[in-house]
Amino acid sequence: MTTEAAHGLPPARRLSLGRLVSTAEQGPLDYGSRLWLKALIGLVFIALYAPILALIAFSFNDSKRNVVWQGFTTKYYLVAWENQALIEAMVNSLTIALMCTIVATVIGAATALLLWRFRFPFKAAYEGFTALPIVIPEICMGVALLVFFARTGRYLGSFESGPIAWWNSLFTVWPLNLASITIAHIAFSFPFVAVVVRARMAGFNRELDEASRDLGASEWQTFRHVILPFMQPGLIAGALLAFTLSLDDFVITFFTSGPETVTFPVKVYSLVRRGVSPDINAASTVLIVITLVATVLAMRLQRSERN
Amino acid sequence: MNNQNDAVVSIRNITKMFADVTAVDNVSLDIERNEFFALLGPSGCGKTTLLRMLAGLEKPSSGEIVIDGENMAQTPPNKRPVNMVFQSYAVFPHMSVEQNVAYGLKVGGTPAAEIGPRVAEALEMVRLGPLRGRMPDQLSGGQRQRVALARALVKRPKVLLLDEPLSALDAKLREQMQLELARLQETVGITFVIVTHDQDEALSMASRIAVMDRGRVCQVASPQELYERPATRFVADFIGKVNLIDGEVIGLAGNSVLCQADGLGEMALPAEAPVAGRIAVAVRPEKLKLSAVEPTGPGLIKSRGTVRDVAYYGDTSNVFVETPAARELSVNVQNERRSPTVYRRGDAVWVSWSPEDTLILTE
Repeated sequence: MTTEAAHGLPPARRLSLGRLVSTAEQGPLDYGSRLWLKALIGLVFIALYAPILALIAFSFNDSKRNVVWQGFTTKYYLVAWENQALIEAMVNSLTIALMCTIVATVIGAATALLLWRFRFPFKAAYEGFTALPIVIPEICMGVALLVFFARTGRYLGSFESGPIAWWNSLFTVWPLNLASITIAHIAFSFPFVAVVVRARMAGFNRELDEASRDLGASEWQTFRHVILPFMQPGLIAGALLAFTLSLDDFVITFFTSGPETVTFPVKVYSLVRRGVSPDINAASTVLIVITLVATVLAMRLQRSERN
Repeated sequence: MNNQNDAVVSIRNITKMFADVTAVDNVSLDIERNEFFALLGPSGCGKTTLLRMLAGLEKPSSGEIVIDGENMAQTPPNKRPVNMVFQSYAVFPHMSVEQNVAYGLKVGGTPAAEIGPRVAEALEMVRLGPLRGRMPDQLSGGQRQRVALARALVKRPKVLLLDEPLSALDAKLREQMQLELARLQETVGITFVIVTHDQDEALSMASRIAVMDRGRVCQVASPQELYERPATRFVADFIGKVNLIDGEVIGLAGNSVLCQADGLGEMALPAEAPVAGRIAVAVRPEKLKLSAVEPTGPGLIKSRGTVRDVAYYGDTSNVFVETPAARELSVNVQNERRSPTVYRRGDAVWVSWSPEDTLILTE
């Protein structure tokens, strides 16, 4: 009813319009009624999701080699659960992803606000440099960070006593021993947050900001009550992006992780070299479920905020 | 000045420069308490910049803005007793109608117990009570504008600023809102300052109008005075339609000035101030009369002519008459009867008007 009124067309008129369209010649966007287009869509979906479905299905395969379907079992979930190293890697990954998400979202949002709100010399250059980690090949970034951490590590490690030595000793304790990986993840994921939030802010009507101040709000009140609520969908999207980027990163992590600190993707890689056993499928399935749940929760949050 | 005590806003020698462009050029204005004041001018004349300086959204390069007895030229917008209705309305999209109106009171620290009744009162004033729970995307343009109005009025400002408030509305709604704004101003008794490029809007709503051009104020006057006694060619041309004829003063005859108007010959015009040299003779199209035979009357200014074009508007028609010396005059004819005298291209006619309806413009 309300949409009818909003369109301002009486129902009868709209119906006849609909009939007109369906009898007319098919346009390029009428994909729903063409068989070959439907088939193409089907193929795309199969290519995208069949491997993932196979991965999940074979996590229930009762076979050590995991090549042919042998029968249903959930025992490999138990095997994975009892694999201390795998669980530790998973916990590391989730911890890193969580820390990275929080820090990258804050830094990314701050960067986006800076670029949106202010004018300063070399702004365009600064904006370009911010987006650089998105386009730099991961392998280069990995090597660069490896060299960086090796140098600073060697320098800081040369102190055998005093405050710096004490500072160093902090980083042997969990979760601070994950610091180098986390820092690396923040470095490559915050530009993604910045880009997403920046795009969101581009649609902001600056008169809203002015109206808020005109109505008596301070800069902080304006930020809290007007700008932040507008930014929120961008923040959630950016945070999700940072979380998934961090969770499944392999290349950069591979270069920045020490022998004692292993993340899930790196661990899986080392295990796969000895053949894919169903417990890896099981652990991967759990990871997929965690990511899906996080996404759904974030989207729910966004929707409930709006209503 | 004796009206200084009545002025709620005194603008003194305000100049605003953007880089090397002077947007507002040494403007001084007094806006009186409880008046409906309009800033009128073509786009780029500096009227919006002036309004934004009143709100505190732009800082003047020099000069004083005295609001309610205090110089506020450098005061931030949240510390001024003025509120604004923005051109885009700037209704907060994530807040309901009620929350939008309550916002200014909430951030200003008004006690919670007071907020509810004041919001209800403001919503009642703009007749939005039943829509209090709606979100802005469920409102029409006119309703959103009412929200913006209520949101500003609920703060009980000393001055309400309106930046082209009707430009986004369609013609019918605009006319209705013009009336409503004028009535609202009378009810609440707050000084309204409106910025507009639409002369009809300014003439129909405002009690006084400042006409601006290229950063300067050309004339401040009541609507009637602006229309009937424009001070400059620009004002005469900008407000309504006008026939502007270049001419020269050639002598004096009693209380009248003898002018040589290009293409119309000599005419004796009443002069209010001493004039000399090059001038412009201005006469409004509706002051001109058309007739088939030579009109008679004492002192009437008249000329023979040929109808060039007729523009029919329903209630009136504009007849363009070319005089023998190739001077075109626009004559506005009221279509008072159903079958009015029809003028056709090529008709020979007489144009005439009274010297009292003629103005001499020197600048």
